[in-house]
Amino acid sequence: MEETTLNNTIHVKLTEKFGEKVTAVSEPYGLLTFVTYKDVIVNVLSHLKEELKFNFLTDITAVHYPGKEHGIAVVYHLHNMVEKVRIRIKVFISEQNPTIPTATVVWKGANWMERETYDLFGVKFEGHPDLRRILNMDDLGVHPMLKQYPLEDPNRVDKKDEFFGR
Amino acid sequence: MLLILQRDEHFLFINMSEINIVDAPPGTEGPGYFATSLDKVIGLARSNSLWPLPFATSCCGIEFMATMGSHYDLGRFGAERLSFSPRQADVLMVMGTIAKKMAPVLKQVYIQMAEPRWVMAVGACASSGGIFDTYSVLQGIDEVIPVDVYVPGCPPRPEAILDGFQRIQDLVKNESGRRRNSDYYRDLLGQYGIK
Repeated sequence: MEETTLNNTIHVKLTEKFGEKVTAVSEPYGLLTFVTYKDVIVNVLSHLKEELKFNFLTDITAVHYPGKEHGIAVVYHLHNMVEKVRIRIKVFISEQNPTIPTATVVWKGANWMERETYDLFGVKFEGHPDLRRILNMDDLGVHPMLKQYPLEDPNRVDKKDEFFGR
Repeated sequence: MLLILQRDEHFLFINMSEINIVDAPPGTEGPGYFATSLDKVIGLARSNSLWPLPFATSCCGIEFMATMGSHYDLGRFGAERLSFSPRQADVLMVMGTIAKKMAPVLKQVYIQMAEPRWVMAVGACASSGGIFDTYSVLQGIDEVIPVDVYVPGCPPRPEAILDGFQRIQDLVKNESGRRRNSDYYRDLLGQYGIK
């Protein structure tokens, strides 16, 4: 229960500061999760870092929900190493124009995480110092974790349906 | 272990006297001379002193380490000396998953090898992509370089790698000295965009 009350405190402090911009608060498996918007995301992140002591950026990634109005969720995981508490922030952005301000101004370590998210989901982090692919080859041409692209390689010749009972 | 061997002197003696030497190639023999074709002599020499370049990226590479170890010992087939420089290598042994980002590197290594050169794809990943049927993995190294021998398995046991190596030796032994200058060979490399 201690964790939950800590989460409540964080939630109250965030709401005091950002009001309506902090929405859809939930606690799946005790992990405080909320949704915010791209115009305040950098402020939210730096507030969490400076005031609420979430000093460590665990991860930046994204999720693709095809067909939704704002089909790409950029997800931030932060860690307060003093209080031993974690938090998750989601920002839903449009699939047609997937841009969001960079978090490299808050954490230098966001650099490669944002490059990875750009590589796999095509999210363009505005203000990023060096936004290019990090994992895939440069001439891949697509952002492969978007669901319109097939997982499997089209050059595969030995995977015939008959061998798999299809 | 040493003690047991010393006590069994007969065993030790037999072992020391059994030194295998490769058979002479087919030819004509008479008093004071032996005639055969130059291709066969060169093939014999080459096939029993191949220098492999291990291009090991994953678990097949671990199996290869076992293959090089004393229990299986690839050195018995004249391949004791690994070459970590492509310039001096004869056989490129590709062992493991090759990501598409790695493909240009592999091709570069192949191009850096001097003729004659052979390529062995060890394991399912190098041969066909294996279980990694995905956007980031090359679906078989034969998409970028020509392959002489494929060794199946995931990973193949050292015996299978040895068998594959002997198939390479067969190819080396029976290769015509003119093959590498033939139009067929030039066209083959041309398919892969290699001059």
